[in-house]
Amino acid sequence: MKRTLFLAALVLVAARPAFGVVKVVSSIQDFASIADSVGGKRVETFALSRGYQDPHFVEPKPSFILKLSRADVLIVAGLELEVGYLPPLLDQSRNGKIRPGSPGYLDASAGCDILERPTGVVTRAMGDVHPFGNPHYWLDPSNGRVIARSIAAKLSEIDPAGAAEYKSNLAAFEATLAEKEKKWETLLAPYAGTEVVTYHNSWPNFLKRFGLKAAGYIEPKPGIPPSPSHTVELINLMTAKKVPVILMEPYFDERTPRAVAQKTGATLLRFIPSVGGVPQAKDYLSLFDYDVKLLADALAAKKAGR
Amino acid sequence: MGPSAKLLLSLCLGLATATAAVAQQSPPEPTPTPAASPPPAAPPPEATPPPGPEATPPPAPEAVPPPAAEAPPAPSSAGSPQSGTYFNPAIAVIGNFLATAGKNRVEDRPSLEMRESEVSFQAVVDPYARADFFVSISNDGVELEEGFVTFTHLPADLLVKVGKFKAQIGKVNTQHLHTLPWPDEPLPIVDLLGSEEGWSDAGVSVSRLFPLPGDTFSELTLQVFRGETPGLFHAPSRGDLSYLGQYRAYRDFGDDHNLELGATWGRGSNGTTDTAKTTLEDIHLVYRWKPLSGRPYRSFVLRSELFRSRREQPDGKQSSRGFFASGDYQLARRWFGGARYEFSDHADDQTKRDRGEAVTLTFWPSEFSQVRGELRRRRYAGGIVANEALLQLQFAIGAHGAHPF
Repeated sequence: MKRTLFLAALVLVAARPAFGVVKVVSSIQDFASIADSVGGKRVETFALSRGYQDPHFVEPKPSFILKLSRADVLIVAGLELEVGYLPPLLDQSRNGKIRPGSPGYLDASAGCDILERPTGVVTRAMGDVHPFGNPHYWLDPSNGRVIARSIAAKLSEIDPAGAAEYKSNLAAFEATLAEKEKKWETLLAPYAGTEVVTYHNSWPNFLKRFGLKAAGYIEPKPGIPPSPSHTVELINLMTAKKVPVILMEPYFDERTPRAVAQKTGATLLRFIPSVGGVPQAKDYLSLFDYDVKLLADALAAKKAGR
Repeated sequence: MGPSAKLLLSLCLGLATATAAVAQQSPPEPTPTPAASPPPAAPPPEATPPPGPEATPPPAPEAVPPPAAEAPPAPSSAGSPQSGTYFNPAIAVIGNFLATAGKNRVEDRPSLEMRESEVSFQAVVDPYARADFFVSISNDGVELEEGFVTFTHLPADLLVKVGKFKAQIGKVNTQHLHTLPWPDEPLPIVDLLGSEEGWSDAGVSVSRLFPLPGDTFSELTLQVFRGETPGLFHAPSRGDLSYLGQYRAYRDFGDDHNLELGATWGRGSNGTTDTAKTTLEDIHLVYRWKPLSGRPYRSFVLRSELFRSRREQPDGKQSSRGFFASGDYQLARRWFGGARYEFSDHADDQTKRDRGEAVTLTFWPSEFSQVRGELRRRRYAGGIVANEALLQLQFAIGAHGAHPF
């Protein structure tokens, strides 16, 4: 009898996520935002990093261990973006549900259009390269759609009772996204082919999607701070190509890009790479609203000859 | 040769043969774990290109500071997941070169030395465990610095470690040399925990989370060791184990500030007599300030530990104290400046006290290399004063380790 009770208790414990909200932890706020859209009231989300933070360098705070220990689903960008902080946190979370390979683990890069997968030999002489491709892929809204679908599928798997709700939420999200995409494309269409300079190589997906190109970077190599010689070369290049804008992530030092902007007459824009980077970018869609408008306005002003 | 000698010889021979036979046997088959097959990958959403082999490398180490990049440069989308190197552990090597100038009659380091090369091998063992090996190659030879398996899939929020590892006393003792904010260990480690190596031993560790209200992290750790740590513990008999208990709590204060407090108690036989014990107590504090927005490249860490060692020995009980406090301020993206104050009584003589002050300046050319200078004054018991300049160069190659916290 005692044994039966014990077994029954075990089964009850094992079957836990069947009730209550699904606790979702994500490495960046963008995935949390999409999970909120798709999961609605059935999920509760928490992001380990803030939108204004460098997603490569997140402090592995013990408080995150607590969040992870209670999570039902973990969404990561993968491509080694989180390799500097997440693995030990996951170990210490003691939560088998969300480890790589477990049902609660979702690598959001699966199925996305990943750019810059290196071919040939990768060495750190190239700077802090990502041998599996550029991890800033969520900055293309088409990838956002793929991520939303992955999240909906994952949530339905973990919480089958909510499958119908996830499906309808996903449909609504996709519909709004499609509408917005048209708007964003229209805003940036006049500037197709424009070359821009960015601080870190965080924007290849964004630029490709909206028909823009990167002429160069403030960083001589990924993760390596600007050097005087590289800055001089960049200034010459920008002057020659008449590069109109510099896009800078909010977590870098403004001094070098500001100096370059002054020398070349380019406009320096604080471009937001993630949800929450500025208060206006409160979700995945408003992130693009903000960035696209910022860029379109700056390019329009340049064109008008200001 | 008498009959007893013959018997002894044949016994020895027999034993040797048996040992050889055992050694020749193939290693035990890994127990076929029912759930060991790779779990199904998430269904690739829609008609997008198939995801490349998810080359997520084994969870990386606990504390390789200059974390490195990544696992083997897998040919992106090609490369079968079963290829030969796929299950190889993540390997990294961290070189630690130290140059010392000045005069020191107590701790006489060489002028130039490759102080340590730490080789790490880390991988997931199976769905239930991961393993971490740290081999330290130094002036003293090759040594297994740590080598342990961690069982990550236990019920009741437990985490169990088995192997040889650094005892979780305070904070500094748990860190590898290359992750410290100084090129040297603070005096209490050297004077009260036996040597620069600190307290490390073969044993078992069990820790459990006890979440407190307000998202406060708290963890209780219990460890039991063989009881052999040079200069600290020595077990006269097999049953003379050493023990440790630590409780630590951590809390965020907003996004920018956080604080960790912990208390540790440890005890073991010191070998001076058959029953003599050493009892250790430690209180540690780590305060961190790192603004997430507004001021990039600024941060501050305050670390402090208070030690007490009570050592029974034939000439009476020695009650010795040790302390250090250090602050490190980030001056720029790649520059850190720091200062440290330290003192410690000798564990075997409470009347002898060493004191020291140091300032450091650290530059990180990249995430994977680091140059650090330290100006240090140590005033040892007996009035010996040493003024020294230390210059440390560290460099890491191999798999990307996690940043220490």
